[in-house]
Amino acid sequence: MSTTRSLAAQSRHLGRAECEALAKRVLGFSKADEARVSINSGNRGNTRFAVNQVSTAGDNYNTSVSIASYFGKRRGVVNTNTLDDDSLRAAVEMSERLARLAPEDPEHMPELGPQEYAQGRAWSEATAALAPDSRAAAASAITTPARAAGLVSTGYLETRAGSSAIANTNGLFAWERETELALTTTVRTTDGTGSGWAGATSHDWAQLDPAALGARAIDKAQRSVNPAAIEPGRYTVILEPTAVGNLVQFIANSMNQRSADEGRSFFSKAGGGNKIGLKVVDERVSLISDPLDPECYSSTFTGDGQPVGRTVFIENGVVKTLACDRYWAQKTGTEPVPGAGSLRMTGGDASIDDLIASTERGILVTRFWYIRGVDPRTILYTGLTRDGTFLVENGKITRAVKNLRFNESPIFMLNNLEAMGKPVRVSASEAGGPGRPIVVPPIKVRDFTFTSLSDAI
Amino acid sequence: MLALDVAKTSGAQYADVRLSRNRTQSVSTRERRVQGLSNNETSGFGVRTLVGGSWGFAASSVLSKDEVGRVAKQAVAQAKANRASMIRPVELAPAKATAMGEWRSPARIDPFDVAIEDKVALLLQANEAALAVKGARFVSSSMFFLREEKTYANTEGTYTVQTIYRTSPGMNITAVSADNRDFQSRQSTDIAPMGMGYEHVTDSRLVENAPRWAEEAVQKLSARSVDVGRYDLVLHPTHLGLTVHESIAHPTELDRAYGFEANYAGTSFVAPPEDMLGKFRYGPEIMNIQGDRMQPGSLSACGWDDDGVEPDTFLIIKNGVVNDYQTTREQALWLDWWYKQQGIPTRSHGCSYAQSWADVQFQRMPNVSLLPGEEDHSWEDLIAATDRGIAIVGDGSFSIDQQRFNAQFGGQLFYEIRGGKITGMLKDVAYQIRTPEFWNAMDMIGGKSSYWMWGAFGDAKGQPSQSNAISHGCVPTRHRQINVINTGRQA
Repeated sequence: MSTTRSLAAQSRHLGRAECEALAKRVLGFSKADEARVSINSGNRGNTRFAVNQVSTAGDNYNTSVSIASYFGKRRGVVNTNTLDDDSLRAAVEMSERLARLAPEDPEHMPELGPQEYAQGRAWSEATAALAPDSRAAAASAITTPARAAGLVSTGYLETRAGSSAIANTNGLFAWERETELALTTTVRTTDGTGSGWAGATSHDWAQLDPAALGARAIDKAQRSVNPAAIEPGRYTVILEPTAVGNLVQFIANSMNQRSADEGRSFFSKAGGGNKIGLKVVDERVSLISDPLDPECYSSTFTGDGQPVGRTVFIENGVVKTLACDRYWAQKTGTEPVPGAGSLRMTGGDASIDDLIASTERGILVTRFWYIRGVDPRTILYTGLTRDGTFLVENGKITRAVKNLRFNESPIFMLNNLEAMGKPVRVSASEAGGPGRPIVVPPIKVRDFTFTSLSDAI
Repeated sequence: MLALDVAKTSGAQYADVRLSRNRTQSVSTRERRVQGLSNNETSGFGVRTLVGGSWGFAASSVLSKDEVGRVAKQAVAQAKANRASMIRPVELAPAKATAMGEWRSPARIDPFDVAIEDKVALLLQANEAALAVKGARFVSSSMFFLREEKTYANTEGTYTVQTIYRTSPGMNITAVSADNRDFQSRQSTDIAPMGMGYEHVTDSRLVENAPRWAEEAVQKLSARSVDVGRYDLVLHPTHLGLTVHESIAHPTELDRAYGFEANYAGTSFVAPPEDMLGKFRYGPEIMNIQGDRMQPGSLSACGWDDDGVEPDTFLIIKNGVVNDYQTTREQALWLDWWYKQQGIPTRSHGCSYAQSWADVQFQRMPNVSLLPGEEDHSWEDLIAATDRGIAIVGDGSFSIDQQRFNAQFGGQLFYEIRGGKITGMLKDVAYQIRTPEFWNAMDMIGGKSSYWMWGAFGDAKGQPSQSNAISHGCVPTRHRQINVINTGRQA
């Protein structure tokens, strides 16, 4: 979709030179042994629609500055968004006061010196220029056909365009700009017996097709009416990519070396140590984070200025590495590993139709909802299916079924893998915001544990 | 006032402006080190306009005359863009104007006046007290403070200034088995965040309580894994607050009942209102649920909401039957028929809230509380009256569907009840409910002296998701024959 005339100031954020100047100004006030400044600036815009019309919208602009001051191993941090000299000087002084009052941190690591960074690529002019009237038009591309079909659509479009920078008193400087967006919609039947969802995220507005998303949600809503009750239990499931992303992201969240070494993680090894080098999921599965992956660009530096490159966390089912901060890496004699800023799971060639066609009896899941941790020892989560859950019999979708609550671990799930499809970018954040960029395949899994039935549509 | 003038001259039929300065401080520690010490401040303003029945909202952190004018015009232009798809125009219920209102949380000690050294020393001392317990291997503790100075004005003549405090101390203690095969944590869920000052930290007695929490974490390692089945549940207020939040407070938000949150938080089984109000039995006669923003020290307390309305106290569930919903000015008119039928004025209950200057306000829950029963039963009375059951203390894992029917709750501590007595500790416990059945299975509740206020900072709703802070007053309850599952699986 092309953009139309703008009602807002376009892509208002601090450029590289402006960030350098602001960082210099802040660090110029510093009397600490070491100091770091982080700057985030930009616009956020959103449009919500409900009951087939725009309900609320919002645009805001903000620049925030975070100052960390160090005296030896003592640290204090101040965040502010007031940028005049007096306020910034006062903020620096306050961070120094806090640092002097703080006890020494035995885990303190000195600030890094200058680093080499890859050029971040997550910028789209089309996203940065997207104005409220274009957002309203995108909403209309969903609400108009939904209304014409006698359905009720709700949804959300959010865009972010801004820059982030880090500088410190050792001469480190990093800057990048980034755009992100998400469009999600839920379409319901007026009698409340059917509901369908579709969503997408990208850094680039040109990659999104609101009308196509709307059509998908409309189709699901119409097909999901009058769902039948089935017995909870262990089922073969075909998970659409969004449902896979909903769960697999929790593996990445718990891939932390320190908590594994400390014995309080799934990645802890019985008897001590961690599971690096051990096979934990099916050998067809690899989990990779790469800030320059064109389908899921992410930041090329961490909050403390470390460069971020491609990291393979799980390769052919085996844990290759775990995220590790600089202190723990030094203590354990390993290398620091940034956490997964984006996530790609490897897949196969099957289409969702192929996965359905090869299934004698199973359940097709559009997405999961209200997913919360139950037992960190096994990465066990609970949650429910939502907005399009169907029974598959003899290779065909036969009818809509009621939503089900699961108690399951993505680790068990990826050990029970039957088949995988082609990975695609998904909107895996429950709140419908851009979230962490995730690319995952649809999968077919046996023995997925559903523990109860829900009457919710 | 400039923002309101510009909005009016640009074509707004109504406008309001919120100017806020949020100051927060967080101190966090683990074992014998300070992990984080930070002061944060954010200030800015947001202008909301109503143009021909459509909302617009714009905000900025730049507090200059030019920027105020630009933002006000942007909010009007945005409302005009949004009007293109309008089907039903927004109308506002009448509200009393407050020409000059001031309100302040009942904080006795401003947390920002207390020395950082004292805060750090208290947390490290509490950590030390926990680590002195054999088997307690990890401990983290923290304090978080907020002071928001919020000025609100609208084109109907309301002008209010409020100073809101929130304080949250907390600890989490983890015990790990000798063979690294099990670990169990105990969070300090008997300390709720509150709308108070530093006195809440002092009153929480972290150093004195830490050894007990640590011992409980260690005990969980050797607790018996629960047998699945149906049990009578006796629920402590430190646990029940979250269940009330998810299964009563959320489904009685009026925007959810009308489908406005279908894309994220969801709709509600308490719908449509015309089939529910005065008709739907949520629970037994002893069940009364109150909405308010008045209880001293509660997180939702304020003088005026973000519509400029002075909140009132209202019964959402009266003697077990749905009696009202949570409303804003935009929503109160949707229930005009019901209020007329009841012979009461149609007014907003004052449930409008935005998390910051940068976000648009919308309907958020007030404090939603389970009122005490007439008989003054205690927690111990409920246990003594139970033959075979499980007593649950503290909130834990939670998940509920998008219409608030099917929920699953864990907890911090689980105790087996046999013959009216606690006979041992259990683990791997979660209960699954269908909301109306769960509340209708409640046959005993605590009295006035067992009332306790649970609270949370992070109640999420809306897109973009906004955080709301709320308290839920609760008494202990007993629920008959609830389905309990075992969540422990082997990796």
